[in-house]
Parts: sequence; C-alpha cells; structure tokens
Amino acid sequence: MTHKSIRIGGLTRVEGEGSLLVRARDGRVTDVELNIYEPPRFFEALLRGRDHTEPPDITARICGICPVAYQMSACQAIEAACGIEVTGPLRDLRLLLYYGEWIESHALHICLLHAPDFLGYDSGVAMAADHRHLVERGLTLKKAGNELVAALGGRAIHPVNVRVGGFYRAPARAELAPVAERLRRAREEALATVEWVAGFDFPDVEHDYRFLALHHPAEYAILSGTIAVSDGTGFAAADWPAHIVEEQVPHSTALHARLDGTAGYLVGALARYALNGRQLSPLARSAAEAAGLGPVCRNPFRSIVVRAVEILHACDEAIRIIEDYTEPQAPSIPAEPRPGVGHGVSEAPRGTLYHRYRIDGAGLIAEADIVPPTSQNQARIEMDLRHLVEPRLDLPEAELAALCERAVRNHDPCISCSAHFLHLHLDR
Amino acid sequence: MAGPAATAGRPRLAVWKFASCDGCQLTLLDCEDELLSVAAEVDIAYFLEASSAVGPGPYDLSLVEGSITTPDDLRRIRHVRRVSKRLVTIGACATAGGIQALRDFAEVREFAAIVYARPDYIATLERSTPISAHVPVDFELRGCPIDKRQLLEVISAFLAGRRPFVPAHSVCVECKARGNVCVMVAHGTPCLGPVTQAGCGALCPAFNRGCYGCFGPMESPNARALNAQLRELGMSTPELVRVYRTFNATEEPFRQAAEEAESDT
Repeated sequence: MTHKSIRIGGLTRVEGEGSLLVRARDGRVTDVELNIYEPPRFFEALLRGRDHTEPPDITARICGICPVAYQMSACQAIEAACGIEVTGPLRDLRLLLYYGEWIESHALHICLLHAPDFLGYDSGVAMAADHRHLVERGLTLKKAGNELVAALGGRAIHPVNVRVGGFYRAPARAELAPVAERLRRAREEALATVEWVAGFDFPDVEHDYRFLALHHPAEYAILSGTIAVSDGTGFAAADWPAHIVEEQVPHSTALHARLDGTAGYLVGALARYALNGRQLSPLARSAAEAAGLGPVCRNPFRSIVVRAVEILHACDEAIRIIEDYTEPQAPSIPAEPRPGVGHGVSEAPRGTLYHRYRIDGAGLIAEADIVPPTSQNQARIEMDLRHLVEPRLDLPEAELAALCERAVRNHDPCISCSAHFLHLHLDR
Repeated sequence: MAGPAATAGRPRLAVWKFASCDGCQLTLLDCEDELLSVAAEVDIAYFLEASSAVGPGPYDLSLVEGSITTPDDLRRIRHVRRVSKRLVTIGACATAGGIQALRDFAEVREFAAIVYARPDYIATLERSTPISAHVPVDFELRGCPIDKRQLLEVISAFLAGRRPFVPAHSVCVECKARGNVCVMVAHGTPCLGPVTQAGCGALCPAFNRGCYGCFGPMESPNARALNAQLRELGMSTPELVRVYRTFNATEEPFRQAAEEAESDT
C-alpha cells in the first residue's frame, strides 16, 4: 500500500491566501483540499444597518483587484430593490468602467501571474530579465485598463465616482478622447498578446465542465442579463437563491456553492466564452479562431488565451462606447429607497458575482448576501486537481506539486473576494 | 544572510498580507511605469501575490497590508517584525483596522452567526486591530487604498535612509492646490475634507462628491465644528455616526467624532 501526499503551503501568484493538500493511496486520489486561510471579514454582517447608498463603496473593499465588479453588482441589486433601472448613456459609462477593470485584471493575471508558469519563471519580474518587452507590453495593457478606470472613477482601486443610480459626475467627451487613443494602441497590444499566449505549450487536459455565466441578448454579457447554464437550463437573476445554495463543508475554509443540488460548476472566462462566444466583437472572434480555441474551450490551461481574447473584446467595445458617447443629461437618476429585496448579478473578471439586499422602511440594509466567483469555483477547482493528479501520480513530487499549483492558477482564484472564508479545525 | 550573487548588495523587500482586500499590495504592481525600475533597485524577496520565489529573511524593508483579526495573525505579525529591519504598514486595514473593524461596534459572535452556519468553527478575534497595536512600526502609510505616488515616495525614502515626505494636512489643502470648487460651500454637499488627511489628491470633490474620509483623520482635526456644519446641511445623527464609521472607524479622532455626534442629540 503506497501513500502519497502533496502539500503546498502558501499558494503564490493568486490574489489572497490559500494552500493545497492532495492525498493519494494505491494510485487513487483520496482527498483534495484547497484550503483558504483568508481571515473572515464579515461583510454581510457589517452591511446591516448601513444606508442603502453605501454598499457600492463598502463592498468594493472586498477585493482590490475587482472593486468595480462589486460596485456594479451592488448598485444593480439596490436599484432593483428601489424599482429603477439605469439605461442609455449612464449604462454605457458603466460598461466602459467595467471593461477597464477587465483589461487591468486580465492583463495582470496573464502577464504577471499566469504566463510565468508557461515560460518557467517565478514571477513577471523574473520573466522581465529575459523577456522585458513582453512584460512591458503586459504592463502597458494593464495601465490602459487602469487609466480607463481612473478616468471614469477617479482612481484604479476603489473608484470614487460610482453611486446607486449612476455616477457623481459624468465625464465630458473631451476627457475620454485621450483614453480612446491609448485604448487603440492597447488593442494592437491585446491582439499581439492573444497570438503570443496561443503559442504556449499547453498540457493536454480537458474537463467535462458545467458552465455558468450571465447572458445578455445584445452583448457579450458583463454588466447584466439572465443566468445561462451549459446544460440548457437558465434562470433570472432574481431566482438565484432558488438555484444556488451555499453550504459549509467540513474539509474547506470556504462555503461551497451548489447549483440545483450539484456541486462543481464553473464560472469565469471559460464559461463566458462557451456560453456567449458568438457575441464577441468581430476582431476578438477572429482572434479566438486564429488562436485555435474552437467554439468551446475545456482545457483550463488554455484559459489564458480566452482572457487575452476578452481583453481584445474589452478594448474594442470600450473604443466603440467612447466614439458613440453623448453626455447624459444628469450623472445619475434618483433612487428612492422603499422596503423590498433586490438582486444584482454581473461578470467580474473571475466570474459571476451575485449580490442581494433587503432594504427596510428607513432605507437601511436589513440583509445582505454576496456570492463571489471563487466560492463558486472552489469545488470545481478541486475536481480539476483530482482528474489531473490521478493519472500522473508517478511524476516526481516537485513536478506534480508545481502542476497542481498551476491548475489552481488557471482559474485566477480571487481569494480575498470571498467574504466567507473561515478557519476550520481539521482532524488530520 | 547573503542572498544569491545576482541580488547581492540590493536591499531586500518583503510584502505581507493580513486581513485585507489586497488593494494596497496591488498598488505596488499598479506602478506600471516604475515596477521594473523598482525591481532593479530592490530584491523583491517575499511577495506571494507576485512571485513563487520565496527568499528567506531577514528583510531590509517589509510592507505590511491588512489588520490583525485571528490568533494566528498575532503570531505571524511578531514573526514579521523579527525578520524585518524596517516595517512600514500600508493602508487603512494595517493602520486603523479597516472596514472589518466595524465589528468593534458590534458583537463579533453575532457577526459570525449572520454569515456562517457554524460560527463555532471560526477562529476570530473580538476586534480588528492595526499592526501598531501589536509590534513597533517604523512608518504608517494611510489610505483606502494607499496612493501610488506616496507608496513610491515611502519606498524611495527608506532606501535612501530618510523620512518619507507625506503631508499631514487636510484634504482641503489639496482641493485648493487642485483648483476644485468647494463642494460644501458651493453645492451644500456634506464633505469630510476638513478633518481628513490629504494624500488622495482631493479625488472626491473633483468628482462633485464630498470626501468620505478614506485616508482617515488629519493631525488634530476639529470634528466638532465640522459636525455642526454637517448638521446644518441636513445630516441626521445616525448619518453622522455612519460617515465616521467606515474605513478608519477606530482611529481616535473619528471614533470620538461619532461619539460626540451621538451625545450632541
């Protein structure tokens, strides 16, 4: 009887803190534990009793990498509770801000966190010693995204210009012109990035994923829509609680989300591409085709290519919005609170992000519920690891450990994003 | 302890995370134009978010993000202090306990029960405290998030062995420097600028919004006078309390300002 266990303490090049344990016995994987040791911050609790205008600023602090996602899901949930919908130029500005976040977040992941895995470096900075221009190109792309967020939101991390009902100040057309200019250059760099990452050497792995993503009839969904699932089922944002249930599981430090009673569905770039790929901009679509992605990509290692395609799409769409932009009559629409519940769903760079708020008669938050992408993906990441490790148990330990760590990074887990992570006392 | 030859002689930098959103350490990676120059000047020896290479201590400069909220954090911060020649805390979580310090005004067990089915599993402390409550800190850089330019100034200053130049005046001074119209005087918009430390570049007023205090209190603010003004603009007591209890709620001047607002009614 042979035992084997791989323990990786301190997963690196992921956002937040986690570790990994894989146990095997007689050629079978017995346990996979992705352990998150992000201390609990109790956002859903501390939101209670706050004014209905506050969640966009407060929940932004859940994640420094995707604060806009939190602001967008929060605003839309509260607006739904107030019975209003932000449309027209204000909605376009929201899309624009969100594309900026997609560009910076994906560029950060591709160039500084993920690409080093394929080229054999410890970090983007180490990679720069031999491939300075590649790292600089990644940083330039990331900067274009950050500048877009800062132009609209005041700063790249925790933007200050977002409010329930719209914005505090709408930008003048002239303010956006230089941003568009930079985005046109970024679009070229994004195209080159797709071509670059498409040429990486990918492990030959495919998983039978059940995908979940937002779907919108008129656009590659990012800001709003209905929930689509790859098995053909789908539901409205307001029906989320009836389909997605989070539960505490004894071996993990995060809540696991189950979809219609089944664990292990996937959200994020691969899911969006599989469900909505036909709605990418023509340039992004042809780049995806040239990169050999096909209509559905089930190899998580190739998710880096999908993220690069999404950057290209985001540049394209952002340029289009700026070119067509007309200044709105007012930077926001009134949002009068009334007692009720609202749901808000949007596509954070890492996947579907759900917010629900119940507002009381005084306009205060009575209940808050937030389901971040990483707590939805955690069970599926563990399944990936199980399938990956089992046929490769004979590999040298260090090599197998490195492969496991890569398999986690494939999904760009945003560990701080989970307001739910806690410490379990494990029996070992 | 000498590092490998390639890094010999360069100061060694470490970046640590406690309870936080990662935004402040991300600020370092957001220095796109300067990142590779910084990496040439310092050996980034420990930075889990950015690198798999983990170089052993001691470190010449440690940047610490996040607040102390678990028993394990208490042990870890002492270790960080031991292996760091200089320790600089970055961001409101590390300097003031952050948004998660709102537990200080509630019962943490109740908070846990709201979020978790099995709150008894959670190892968490009653309070979320700044790093300086546990170990000596060489410098505190404030902000939620910190400002990129100020971060570069702090790193440069520590490399050169001088004190960082980080002004302690109010946001109002930055508004004037930026040429913003005063939102409080011109539009009657409530603003915490007069009691909040500068550093952001007066962002919110530039977007026609009142400052919401994310850099925490300035040196010796006059919150009592501001509260009277905010009441005149129509703010109720609960609104006043909430406006001080966000990202720097436990900083003494803001804690006091909220308590004064409560007792003035």
